[in-house]
Amino acid sequence: MVRLSNVSMVYENSGTVAANGIDLEISEGEFVFLVGPSGSGKTTIIKLLTGEVLPTDGEIYVNNFNLRKIKARKLPKLRRTLGVIFQDFRLIDDKNVYENVAFAMRVVGASNKEISERVPYVLELVGLEGREKRLPQELSGGEQQRVAIARALVNSPSLIIADEPTGNLDPVKSLELMLLLEKINELGTTVLVVTHEKELVNSFCKRVVALDQGSIISDGMDGYYCYGIHE
Amino acid sequence: MGITAMGFMNKIGYLFKEGFRSITTHGFMSFASVTIIIACLVIMGSFSLLAFNIDAFINKLESENEMLAFVDESYSETQAQALEPEIAAIPNVSKVEFVTREEAMDSFKKGYENDSLFNDIDASVFRDRYVVYLDDISLMAKTDTDLRAVEGIADVSAQLDISQGFVTARNIVSAVSLVLIVILFVVSVFIMSNTIKLTTFGRREEIAIMKMVGATNSFIRTPFVIEGLVLGLIGSGIALLLEWGIYTLICDKIMTSIAGTYVSVLAFSTLVLPLAGVFAAIGVVVGTFGGTIAIRNYLKV
Repeated sequence: MVRLSNVSMVYENSGTVAANGIDLEISEGEFVFLVGPSGSGKTTIIKLLTGEVLPTDGEIYVNNFNLRKIKARKLPKLRRTLGVIFQDFRLIDDKNVYENVAFAMRVVGASNKEISERVPYVLELVGLEGREKRLPQELSGGEQQRVAIARALVNSPSLIIADEPTGNLDPVKSLELMLLLEKINELGTTVLVVTHEKELVNSFCKRVVALDQGSIISDGMDGYYCYGIHE
Repeated sequence: MGITAMGFMNKIGYLFKEGFRSITTHGFMSFASVTIIIACLVIMGSFSLLAFNIDAFINKLESENEMLAFVDESYSETQAQALEPEIAAIPNVSKVEFVTREEAMDSFKKGYENDSLFNDIDASVFRDRYVVYLDDISLMAKTDTDLRAVEGIADVSAQLDISQGFVTARNIVSAVSLVLIVILFVVSVFIMSNTIKLTTFGRREEIAIMKMVGATNSFIRTPFVIEGLVLGLIGSGIALLLEWGIYTLICDKIMTSIAGTYVSVLAFSTLVLPLAGVFAAIGVVVGTFGGTIAIRNYLKV
């Protein structure tokens, strides 16, 4: 599923070491929290997994793609096996809810019939039935994030990566969203959630990988969020 | 999820729909792009039409510039007339007119009607002659030599200085208009590319989202290219109509003024097809290339 072997990443311009010899393996069906303070390298890990940046050293395998050697034209194929959710939702403002979700299916060449069957199902799964014709700005933050989750889910990805998905939500909505991701995980999708919300992480009993200064400082199955020396 | 034939057709239909939708959803930027295209094409088109007219005017003057080939005095009129096929066969000769010595005398006298000195002049003073018109005035010197080589031609009168003047004038007009059209074209592409860049800058987030859900570069690019193509065609169509109006207005002014007695202008109907072709081609090229260049930087993620 995901395997990082001795991965290092140094940004050329600034010389910042964002990842330093990271070894990480995530198996199919797992739910993993990736935690750490700002600047610990969480976002870099996501960029490495989605092929936005290439590692300066080490090997990365995601869904059988070797990201060290992947060609630019193969990147779309990799990304179609992933569902990515962002803190700022990243919805297309002039498309309604239905089109924002259907869009991800059009990209992979799905037929209108497939789209009209799948999109309502996914919108129902995330609790957005009846909201199909609304534009993103007509929705609350929690609803917008659900649209983003529906878009990430619609192509049945094997891995969902959520980057601070609750960053713009209140605690109640955050919990609801995390429960939704847990439900998706129970349906068989591997989920990687990047966050720094300690209480939220601690309320789930999941695997927690903690990063600090580009290195993994703990990796435990006890569901405990530890920042180590910076906490 | 594999791409079926139906899925492929849906995808093509979707990309076209997106291209057209984008024109209306980004109305102001579409308006700005079309306006820029119109402005550039009208300026470029006006200058091209001016250059066309100058070239046509010089061509007309050239075609009226004739050579005279005088037949040997010892030749009878019949013998002189027999030379016509040989002269007509000379390369670069477009038309030949035989003028008898009597006709030449009449013509001469007409020019001096008020001068009694020439009233009693005799036709034997004149020679039978040919008025020779040329295809290419720049080859006048060569034609002069060829005419002199014809047996029976005693002398040739050619205004080589004037012909050279026409050639120089035409070359200058061609060179200046070519340079100006190229400069205007480059400026137009630059302005339009920047206008489209401005429109895509506001949509970089949308492009980043497309990349993140696995869209290929061609999937992202196609609606932009279609949008550029349509805007280019709309712009060139409006520019053609405007050019028509401006040209007709200016031509009417020229032809009704004193200048109309000295110069003639080409009818717009004779220019409309090539102009429409060039405008459409520039609109399409600039629109599509502008669209492609403008989003290039956002596709690198």
